[in-house]
Amino acid sequence: MNALQVLWRRQVIKYLRSRSRIIGSLGQPLLFLLVFGLGFGKIFEAAGQGSYIKLLAPGIMIMSVVFTAIFTGIEIIWDRQFGFLKETLVAPVSRFSIMFGKTLGGATVSVIQGVIVFIITLLVGFHPIWAGVVPAIIGLFIIGALFSAFGIALASKLKDMQSFPIVMNFVVMPLFFLSGSLFPLNTAPTVLKILTEINPLTYGVDLIRGLLGGVYQFSLGLDSIVLLVATALVILWGAYSFKKIEA
Amino acid sequence: MEKMIEAQNLTKKFDSLTAVDSINFEVPKGTIAAFLGPNGAGKTTTIRMLTTLLQPTSGETKVNGFSHKEVDKIRHSFGIVFQDPSLDDDLTAEENLVFHAALYGISKKDAHGKIDEVLNMVDLNDRRKDFVKTFSGGMKRRLEIARSLMHTPAVLFLDEPTIGLDPQTRNKMWEYVKELRTTKGLTVLFTTHYMEEAEKAADIVFIIDHGKIVARGTVDEIKKSTDTKTLEEAFLKLTGSDIRPSEASAADAFKSQARAWGRR
Ligand SMILES: Nc1ncnc2c1ncn2[C@@H]1O[C@H](COP(=O)(O)OP(=O)(O)O)[C@@H](O)[C@H]1O
Ligand SMILES: [Mg+2]
Repeated sequence: MNALQVLWRRQVIKYLRSRSRIIGSLGQPLLFLLVFGLGFGKIFEAAGQGSYIKLLAPGIMIMSVVFTAIFTGIEIIWDRQFGFLKETLVAPVSRFSIMFGKTLGGATVSVIQGVIVFIITLLVGFHPIWAGVVPAIIGLFIIGALFSAFGIALASKLKDMQSFPIVMNFVVMPLFFLSGSLFPLNTAPTVLKILTEINPLTYGVDLIRGLLGGVYQFSLGLDSIVLLVATALVILWGAYSFKKIEA
Repeated sequence: MEKMIEAQNLTKKFDSLTAVDSINFEVPKGTIAAFLGPNGAGKTTTIRMLTTLLQPTSGETKVNGFSHKEVDKIRHSFGIVFQDPSLDDDLTAEENLVFHAALYGISKKDAHGKIDEVLNMVDLNDRRKDFVKTFSGGMKRRLEIARSLMHTPAVLFLDEPTIGLDPQTRNKMWEYVKELRTTKGLTVLFTTHYMEEAEKAADIVFIIDHGKIVARGTVDEIKKSTDTKTLEEAFLKLTGSDIRPSEASAADAFKSQARAWGRR
């Protein structure tokens, strides 16, 4: 086993072991599915916008991926507080490998979470295009990598876990709500539209929605390019911040 | 004699505080050296610079003949037990060691034998499948010592390694370290609060205070030069303070207690 593999494995093992965390983190997506699905579904469909679950299901999957990924990234704060980070920082392994291994671990964990939510959406009546499922999982993995790296970048700057709620409320939530996950962009007011269009996550949402539902706001090509470029940039940013971290 | 640890005019400033003040020292191969000094003397900061965790403000370090710029070579050369805990409590003892083996590029085949060997050394082989969070403070410390030796380092840094250990385990650890020194030529630099530990285990002692080395040599040499009968008296004379653990700062006492209770 090399360093990258073992860093990846540690995250996956720890995630699979924390059953309470897996179950706990399903609460929010379920709540959103029920509240938005039941609450808005009828209005949405009555307004002639088509099937709401088709719009909502990919959004909820993404929510679950994004939140899990950010959390795994930010876990570095714990590693620092409980001292384990030092063990990795004195090892003959480059900072980039450590950061990248954690990013891949975070992406894997969040995809597992996303797939669980996907299965739940099937149970509540989501009918995906089956040919799009595997590409969509790859897409979710990239979104997971993007937000794990983002979490690592933030964690490298934060002193303790107390700032985590601030990050969630002022960074992650806005990114999520302004990604078109919960409402269609074509009917949104201009200001919202502009904000969503500069948010890279919007393209991730559109990609997954397109792959599973067949309808793109933008296009497969544009979505993929924006997502990949954003992910690469954030990984570089995360690697740069992590390089400066002191145990 | 080959020098295994060297520091030249090594300095670390934190804003206006000079934690380590232009110190010079070397430790020859196969030597057990002690850093003895009160809290805040700069012991940990020096070790952090020697182990690539902290960039010196000025000055040079060398470990195993490698300068601090040859980061990877230095990191392969030493093992370390940190002053504060550094295990993953959510993994088993064995998983912590497997993780270490992978980071240090030890092959799966070699890792297996090595894990057995180091776990036997610290008497934890029967607990290898248990989660570290179920371990006592002393057991965690032993596991960290085992881990630090897994990749057969040439130099071992031990930052207050025996805090929280019972006397029996403490003795056993030193027996093992001394044996490695004799059989493998291991070079050791440790810091301690325990005067008698420095006296018993160290070939050379560096007394460090306010970021400076105020005395150095064998215990006998230090006693002679200060005209005192015990290392304790010598220490008092040199630094004007007493560092028995009971006199340690409240923060430190809290820390070691937190460690003993396993923190989580
Ligand atoms: N990261 C840091 N930032 C600011 N001051 C520090 C930092 N690390 C250590 N110090 C200060 O440097 C001095 C030496 O600390 P340290 O090397 O930990 O002492 P020792 O290990 O001998 O008890 C202390 O005054 C400590 O408060
Ligand atoms: Mg210290």
